[in-house]
Amino acid sequence: MYDVIVVGGGHAGCEASYACAKMGMKTLLLTMNKNNIADMPCNPSIGGTAKGVIVREIDALGGLMGIVADKSHFQIKMLNNSKGPAVRSLRCQADKRVYPKVMLSYLESNSNLEIKEALVEDLIVDDSKVEGVVLDNKEKIYSKEVILTTGTYLKANVLRGSESIPSGPHGEGRSNLLSDNLKKYGLNILRLKTGTPPRIKKESINFSVLKEELGDDTYLTFSHDIKPQYEINKQQKCYLLYTNDLTHEIIRKHLKESSMYGGYVTGVGPRYCPSIEDKVVRFSDKPRHQLFLEPESIYYDEWYLQGFSTSMPINVQEEMVHSLVGLENAVISKYAYAIEYDAIDALQIKPTLENKVLENLFTAGQINGTSGYEEAASQGLIAGINASLKIQGKNSLILKRNEAYIGVLIDDLVTKGVKDPYRMLTSRAEFRLLLRHDNADLRLREYGYQIGLISDEQHERLLQKKENIKKLQQELKDEKLVINEEVKKIFNKYDILIPKKTISYEELLKRPEINFAFLKNFKEFSYDADVLEQVEILLKYKGYIDKAYKEAEKLEKIEEKEIPEDIDYQKVRNLASEARQKLSEIRPRTIAQASRISGVNPVDISILAVYLKKEYNKNE
Amino acid sequence: MQKVYFCAIIYPVSGDNIMEDTICAISTASGMGAISIIRVSGKEAIEIVSKIFKGPDLKKVKSHTIHYGFICDKEETIDEVLVNIMLAPKTYTKEDIVEINSHGGVNTTNKILELLLEAGCRLAEPGEFTKRAFLNGRIDLTQAESVNDLINASSDKQRSLALNNLKGTLNQKIRNIRKEIVDIIANIEVNIDYPEYEDIEVVTKDLLMPKIKQLLEKLKAMLGAAKDSRMIKEGINIAIVGKPNVGKSSILNRLLDEEKAIVTNIAGTTRDIVEGSISLQGFLINFIDTAGIRKTTDRVEKIGVQKSKRVLKEADLVILVLNGHEKISGEDENLIKSINKKKRIIFINKSDLKMNIKLESEYIVGNTKDDKGLDSLKEAIIKKLNLEHINKDMTYLSNVRQIDLLKKALKSLEEALNNLETMPVDMALIDIKNAWNLLGEITGEVYQDELIDTLFSNFCLGK
Repeated sequence: MYDVIVVGGGHAGCEASYACAKMGMKTLLLTMNKNNIADMPCNPSIGGTAKGVIVREIDALGGLMGIVADKSHFQIKMLNNSKGPAVRSLRCQADKRVYPKVMLSYLESNSNLEIKEALVEDLIVDDSKVEGVVLDNKEKIYSKEVILTTGTYLKANVLRGSESIPSGPHGEGRSNLLSDNLKKYGLNILRLKTGTPPRIKKESINFSVLKEELGDDTYLTFSHDIKPQYEINKQQKCYLLYTNDLTHEIIRKHLKESSMYGGYVTGVGPRYCPSIEDKVVRFSDKPRHQLFLEPESIYYDEWYLQGFSTSMPINVQEEMVHSLVGLENAVISKYAYAIEYDAIDALQIKPTLENKVLENLFTAGQINGTSGYEEAASQGLIAGINASLKIQGKNSLILKRNEAYIGVLIDDLVTKGVKDPYRMLTSRAEFRLLLRHDNADLRLREYGYQIGLISDEQHERLLQKKENIKKLQQELKDEKLVINEEVKKIFNKYDILIPKKTISYEELLKRPEINFAFLKNFKEFSYDADVLEQVEILLKYKGYIDKAYKEAEKLEKIEEKEIPEDIDYQKVRNLASEARQKLSEIRPRTIAQASRISGVNPVDISILAVYLKKEYNKNE
Repeated sequence: MQKVYFCAIIYPVSGDNIMEDTICAISTASGMGAISIIRVSGKEAIEIVSKIFKGPDLKKVKSHTIHYGFICDKEETIDEVLVNIMLAPKTYTKEDIVEINSHGGVNTTNKILELLLEAGCRLAEPGEFTKRAFLNGRIDLTQAESVNDLINASSDKQRSLALNNLKGTLNQKIRNIRKEIVDIIANIEVNIDYPEYEDIEVVTKDLLMPKIKQLLEKLKAMLGAAKDSRMIKEGINIAIVGKPNVGKSSILNRLLDEEKAIVTNIAGTTRDIVEGSISLQGFLINFIDTAGIRKTTDRVEKIGVQKSKRVLKEADLVILVLNGHEKISGEDENLIKSINKKKRIIFINKSDLKMNIKLESEYIVGNTKDDKGLDSLKEAIIKKLNLEHINKDMTYLSNVRQIDLLKKALKSLEEALNNLETMPVDMALIDIKNAWNLLGEITGEVYQDELIDTLFSNFCLGK
């Protein structure tokens, strides 16, 4: 008997099983193919806008993705570096061969975790409680909790043109029966679709006509705990290219042959990730679309053609690729495809990621309707944490919208459900100014420590950092710059307005054109770079940050107002019928969550609040 | 009223937060009685009232005490008031409550309410004080049902109100402005979420600032229209001024007689009397006689004079009556000076007598003995107020809440413009979203994924 069984070894499954094992749970990770653990079946990058912050959050909580990415990439950059701190985000080009290996070594290093190759066909269910899994050879394995992280494997179909092959990504097997069985237990099943672009042989690419895309020339890491593992000047290049009239003409000519436009697809694809034929049709006025060529691994000669995902038949793909400048003679090593798969209805999931219909069942990643490695990994981590906390009899970890992108992600899922695969965007986070790349540890590490995923040593470092921030803030307040001739000269040299009289360093640093590098001319503040950065951001954007905290505080107040699980919305008089229906279906956990459901109006919230007070708090 | 909860997309704004906002409302029936009470309840009640109150420091006074002072709009004194301070939990709502007792009439009370809204309060929903009292455990359970019904009733009223108020042109206007704003926001968001898509125009400060300026102009025009709308709904206030015995009352009576005065002698603004109202071109015109504007050293009288000045300031039109039989006096000159910047009509009365007056300004001559000049006066009123051109069919923004939201949206955009000087675009975006959100509260037809939808329908993105 295991404590936890994790089904699926993708990014969600890895984080889930590692978290469980590290929290002391006897954990079994079941995968169809051990070689595919932490596989990256689509783009060769980790992070990106918003997603990069998620990786930082995973790292802050004690998950693996950040550190594994740091140990396996060959290019890294900070996106939006020229913009405000709220929208900066890291992205690396992770080596598709190295990443899974590093991940596997972490998983194998924990003796609580056992990895086994098997195909799960059914769950052991008794009275709506899950007690384990049934394999395809009918073997039963029992556990206290089950975490499903099945990715795109549930009833997967790979589509190219009119061709539809029952198969997982790159010819892997699929799970035929599991989703039918989930349906049998009362879960709603939806059909989603995603796609991946073709891969091109390196030696067939004419790089000389393409524009280079370089990594940053400063050292960067996702992880809060390790030094950079790469050399700046050994980073690999990516390349930029464009579609052209000819490409568009070919696409239009063969449009009906694509799976999508030929009507062979039933799944709903992601809006943010349209196929190239979608882009050409929907934005017909655009003369060109931007594409990137990214190496998949320094050990492979395959390159990923970002932006060119398609479900065209193979012969059309050849024609399309060869129309691109730089790829006239390209050899396609893997053709693009669309893939359809089953997912469950996120509205049937609790914010802990446990299922509402089946107790002791947790789900994470694409099965919940999301898309992306980072989105999957973060859910896997939370599912692993909450499954373990449940076994330990402790309170669940539910991150709030003002605490983490992960909180936004899960709240969006369970409150609004999913129609097309969900990708995180910075614009989904109303508190993004608080959810920064630079403060992920300050926001979340304490939770990781309480749970047991963060070590004493890591925690000690956090406390030290917090203390240093306070110290520096005080120092800036106390220390003053006297304006004398010498000082004036330096200001003039940098063409910066000279302060009229003696001024505190705090006041100076508030000015947009002044940073610590400039202050060095007068006084050295010897603190770690992350402390300096933190203090500077908090000073420069104080007005906005304070406002955001104030709003967040209000939200927290209503987030605290919980709705009892057993509430019967039929008994709440005067609710509008749409609100009643939505509330009954979604069963929000708090008044705040209820207020975020579309179709539930303020009046309904008032009515609900009054009802709750009346029915549940009689003795207050 | 439709609340906007932009969970996923929008930076939280002034938006209502059920129990956490500080709310205010006039708690006495409007237009009646000599004293009106404005009640403020919530965590920030004392802080907010302090911003507009001159007198003892309300943050330091004891609970359940009354304090004398003045409500001020920056430097200008609005009213002399008594303020009751009641600290939580021994109050009606179990929150901090401040009650402002104003001796002023409708206009003064409204002005105080507006100041509170500007200072950070939200207008209370009908029944909201009672609702809070209940939710905070102040009222016993037997009253629960009636609270429930009250909330429900008010919501129905709001729903229909919102529908009636926002048909047609206005709705379309705000929608258009919101569309312009959301397009800008979506563009900036795409720049943020897809920083490497170089085919998408990057919204820079230089690009953004003129756009915001344009939007500001549009919002300002709407606020102007809102004033017209107030004239439609509440009537136009015309103040009649002049020294005693120049014939103000007889002119007024003639006007009222002819047009069959709708009402007479209603207690109206401050200490002034609405002498009567008539309908002109379909507009309700209220004539207000002001107390004399004289220099004084007496303290109480000073307040009266200040109020008169305020009435003058707030009147939509001033009619100055002079006695044509007499030469211009110093007092007359002062009066003319005091209304220099107002829309005004000078009526020189007693043309039946020998005219001794000399005046350089434009004026109308007439007398009430043989009804001369009264038609010209009416025409002048219509012309001055541009009544023929105010489109009465147009449903403008009208109630305090809507105007307040519009003002706040305007302020947010101004802040965005300001902050753009030193802040990155994505920071100023917070203010722009705020404005968009506030305008959405006016039309009440915001849905949650509006921005995300715009993002994906306007821009071509993908992996």
